[in-house]
Amino acid sequence: MDEALLKVDGLGKRFGGFVALDGIALEVRAGERVGLIGPNGSGKSTLVNCISGNLKNETGTVHFEGAALDGLPAYRRTRLGLARSFQLPKPFRSLTVTQNLRIPLLYTVNARGDTRLSEADLAARCDDLLRLVGLEGKARARPRDLTQIEMRKLELARTMAAAPKLLIADEAMAGLSHSEIDDILALLFKLNNGGIAVILIEHIMRAVMSFSERLVVLVAGKKIADGAPSEVVNSPEVVRAYLGE
Amino acid sequence: MRNSTFWLATALSVIAVFAGSRLVSNDYFFFAGYVVLQYIVLATAWNILGGYTGYINFGTSGFFAIGAYAAVVLHKLWGPPIPVAILVGGVLAGLVGLGMGMLTLRLRGVFFAIGTLALAIVVQTLVTNWDFVGGSRGVYIIRPATAPLLGTYIHYLFLIMLVLAGIAIALARSIEHSTLGYGLAAIRDDEQAAEASGVPTLKLKLISTTLSGALMGMAGAPLPYYVTYLDPASGFNLAYAVNAIAMPLIGGMTSWVGPLLGAIFLGIIQQAATVTISSSLNLLFVGVLLVLFVVVAPNGLTGLYRPQRRRREA
Repeated sequence: MDEALLKVDGLGKRFGGFVALDGIALEVRAGERVGLIGPNGSGKSTLVNCISGNLKNETGTVHFEGAALDGLPAYRRTRLGLARSFQLPKPFRSLTVTQNLRIPLLYTVNARGDTRLSEADLAARCDDLLRLVGLEGKARARPRDLTQIEMRKLELARTMAAAPKLLIADEAMAGLSHSEIDDILALLFKLNNGGIAVILIEHIMRAVMSFSERLVVLVAGKKIADGAPSEVVNSPEVVRAYLGE
Repeated sequence: MRNSTFWLATALSVIAVFAGSRLVSNDYFFFAGYVVLQYIVLATAWNILGGYTGYINFGTSGFFAIGAYAAVVLHKLWGPPIPVAILVGGVLAGLVGLGMGMLTLRLRGVFFAIGTLALAIVVQTLVTNWDFVGGSRGVYIIRPATAPLLGTYIHYLFLIMLVLAGIAIALARSIEHSTLGYGLAAIRDDEQAAEASGVPTLKLKLISTTLSGALMGMAGAPLPYYVTYLDPASGFNLAYAVNAIAMPLIGGMTSWVGPLLGAIFLGIIQQAATVTISSSLNLLFVGVLLVLFVVVAPNGLTGLYRPQRRRREA
């Protein structure tokens, strides 16, 4: 097997006496599409927070492109190419849609040091990103004027602005309608075609099943399955976790 | 407008205001003008942290007094020219600002605000019990008989504060339109999302608290020479903290224009009230105006014309 892009090993996290994550191991290869599912409270978002540096894991390690990430603050991980979107969209509310995209451009692409985007480059990149997610008409709108799906698209566009190698989409489709889900799915496929690995965290099984090449199941802080989606959803353990005995 | 052009425009405005002031023969104008200018610096400094970064500082008087007492210490030891005292006061207050920035590691929102208030009280207690700077008795500063450059001391102080105000405004404006300014705005709106977008939030917050604190300290350094008698009750006066918050709120917190307008507006009203009605009534005006603005113009004076512009854009 070739070198993994993301390698999580023995990851553990507790909140007081509550064990949120217990010895999680996970690998994601470059360009792979991985689905991550699990019942509410199973630790999916905690896992994302530990990988992206928003929370500190007590045990275990996270490697990205072979380098250990332990102790690195979240912004450094984003600059390395590990970007995440938030379950509840967190736009910069006082800024316009375009300005929202400028922030990651200024602080990741420019801050990496190898390229320095000029004012014109910045504007062009913002336009490209808006076109990619289909928000061309909203460039000067404020987040409060956006609909729910536009907000999700902005969240994804902002994540993409950091030019990531791995995108973690934390419930990017929750609360959306059938056709809107297809919209976001198409968008994620498009990003993946550009070579970006995607971890999709989602409750909507239709979306997860059509998107994922591999499916990982978390239950009560433990990984109980990891494999081809069709096999995983039929495995007795997963059925038991979701439906009870 | 490019930053260099703006600095130049500010410099020209400073020269113009100063030239205009030479036509005024009444010295009271300079006494009152000094206070208004001092509030322009304080309000602008407060807004770098409060308006741009979203962290409310209730401890303005603490930073201001650090500058003032730094000048007292220097005066007693050596008696350097005021610009030197301003630099030293700025550095000291900036260092304390850096310390305050460390508070943001654990404290957000109202808890940070309470922390800054506590910080000001701690500094006040230290100064009150420090005999060298007069303790609670206060300290007299004997001004030199003549001022450099201008002869009259109050004219000299006015010029110094005018230059400081120009620097503060040009600095605030440069930050606003820079990468730093975007980063601070991201922190103000959502700190987690800012981190996820690659913004080094801690570093930027430290820059913001340090700059803000340093400017406040610089504004305080000429104070002993202005009042000639400084005691903790006047140096740490709550009015500085209240005004430094009220002025950006009334003027508008999103750009450098807000604190400038707010400071001029409130500063002049307060000075006029002090002379015409009573000196103790001034803070009442601040309170009434604050309530009025929260109801009528929640985005301040600068927010009043903005909605129309946005409608035109759409």
